[in-house]
Amino acid sequence: MSALGEFRTLRRSRVREEAPDNKAAAIFLAPWILGLLGITLGPMIASLYLAFTDYNLLQDPKWTGLDNIQRMLHDDRLGHALQVTFTYVIVSVPLQLAFALAIALLLDRGIRGLSLYRSILYLPSLLGASVAIAILWRLIFGNEGLATKFMGLFGYDGPGWIADPDTSIYTLIILHVWTFGAPMVIFLAGLRQLPRELYEAAATDGASRFRQLRSITLPLLSPIIFFNLVLGIIGSFQSFTQAFVVSNGTGGPSDSTLFFSLYLYQEGFTSFRMGYASALAWVLLLIIGAFTALNFWASKYWVFYND
Amino acid sequence: MTDALQIKSRPGTDAQPEPASPVRPKESAARRRTRSVLKHTGLIAVCLLMLYPVLWMAASSLRPKDGIFSNFGLFVDTFNLDNYPNGWDALGTPFGTYLLNSFLVVLGSVIGNLISCSMAAYAFARLRFRSRKVAFMIMLLTIMLPIHVLIIPQYVMFAQIGWINTYLPLIVPKFLATDAFFIFLMVQFIRGIPKELDEAARIDGAGHGRIFTQIMLPLMIPALATTAIFTFLWTWNDFFSQLVFVTEPDKYTVPVALRSFLDATTTSDYGAMFAMSIVSLVPVFLVFLFGQRFLLRGIATTGGK
Repeated sequence: MSALGEFRTLRRSRVREEAPDNKAAAIFLAPWILGLLGITLGPMIASLYLAFTDYNLLQDPKWTGLDNIQRMLHDDRLGHALQVTFTYVIVSVPLQLAFALAIALLLDRGIRGLSLYRSILYLPSLLGASVAIAILWRLIFGNEGLATKFMGLFGYDGPGWIADPDTSIYTLIILHVWTFGAPMVIFLAGLRQLPRELYEAAATDGASRFRQLRSITLPLLSPIIFFNLVLGIIGSFQSFTQAFVVSNGTGGPSDSTLFFSLYLYQEGFTSFRMGYASALAWVLLLIIGAFTALNFWASKYWVFYND
Repeated sequence: MTDALQIKSRPGTDAQPEPASPVRPKESAARRRTRSVLKHTGLIAVCLLMLYPVLWMAASSLRPKDGIFSNFGLFVDTFNLDNYPNGWDALGTPFGTYLLNSFLVVLGSVIGNLISCSMAAYAFARLRFRSRKVAFMIMLLTIMLPIHVLIIPQYVMFAQIGWINTYLPLIVPKFLATDAFFIFLMVQFIRGIPKELDEAARIDGAGHGRIFTQIMLPLMIPALATTAIFTFLWTWNDFFSQLVFVTEPDKYTVPVALRSFLDATTTSDYGAMFAMSIVSLVPVFLVFLFGQRFLLRGIATTGGK
């Protein structure tokens, strides 16, 4: 299954191959190799170096050893950014997947109008990454916005969710959930491949629909839930656009929408502390790596592989 | 062969297209109908709720700018097009320039990805060469790499060669197959193409160049279409790297220009802002409408990134 599954099988196989196509491969892979060295690996190494320097783009980088790391330990805004980002990831990813799965299950029963429903529900996933929708969100939850007025009918009299540090993150979580169409499409594709015989056998034995869901659908679908979970977490740790637009680049109010990548952008490209920003980038990479590893480790206990 | 793009390409399972739906013990026709009505009502409600914000924005862009926020409805009674010309000229440079800039970046990115990723994919899927597995694993790993660890050194590098405020930092990497995800997508696809085809061509004396251009590329059109569509959408919506590399107002791409509405003195003109937001979403919507088939198929392998 997809890139993750591919990786699993590759790590296991240890067959040596013949290599008669070296020359042709060098030509076909030339752009990729150039890109890997010049655009990916090179900058990665440079970024690791910069992480231990003080660099403002005008003067040469100055080696400062562990200063950047020391600075992180006393950086209140970083602490805040981490807190905001973790909250966002831990709440919005499972919530989005729960929606995606629930609707996919509703749609799966050979329902009429499936493709129309699927298209409509998928559309927000394409729009959700755009600046236009982020602007819309900013206004809907803003001072005189629709959502604010609507909640006013039920006695809400605050300044709007965007302006209130306690609630502003919810607007971004809602925006993430709104884009549940993409994982839903993946769930639908997975549901299609479940063997029908199992359900027939279960029904013959008198298993209720809930029992079928719990004992057949969910275990068989668990690799796909896992896939969506891993990708969702990796992706939402990097979220930038929505928080940037909703807070107009500040991460406010009171840093309540200061996503990690937004803080990194501010440090690197508005304060021009590029050394520190590089160190932050590596922290992000390590966090994402740790979460992914944790996910893989935990998957042993709940993901069911048929092969 | 298009099945290669589905989540699991197990031969045989695709032969039975009927969806595996839970089978339930016998149920009266009346109960089944009630259930179905309930389900459709619920789904339609969800769809309306999902589309409501966008439809409301579209409706608002057609309303006089004063009453926008007092109107929850989707009906436009006093039809008003003023917001569009107002928004078009609100930012100093006509909005058409930004559209053109974005199209330029998108076009370059699509062409770059199509050429470079298909070449790399052919090598990974069909050629046997030294360290193929290691290279393939590295390629898979780079799919997950956050852009943040690259963007600062890239900025420094592009600044040194004078590429800031040009579109080269956005386009050139695509010609170097840095969107590894598409390589993977195409590798999966090529694996589904029978090997006999290229073996026959080899026996007839065709080299890899000819096999690639005359046999593979024509067969890969569905995968190329998926790549082109996703590249279009992701580049069109991409904000982070365009914000970093393009800072001169008349070079702005659409997302960066839209964002600058928030700073402009005309901020209170929400009608104009909505109008241009809608304009910026039209290409996304059109691509979605016409490319849906490829999109949905592609997303099954990917998770939409």
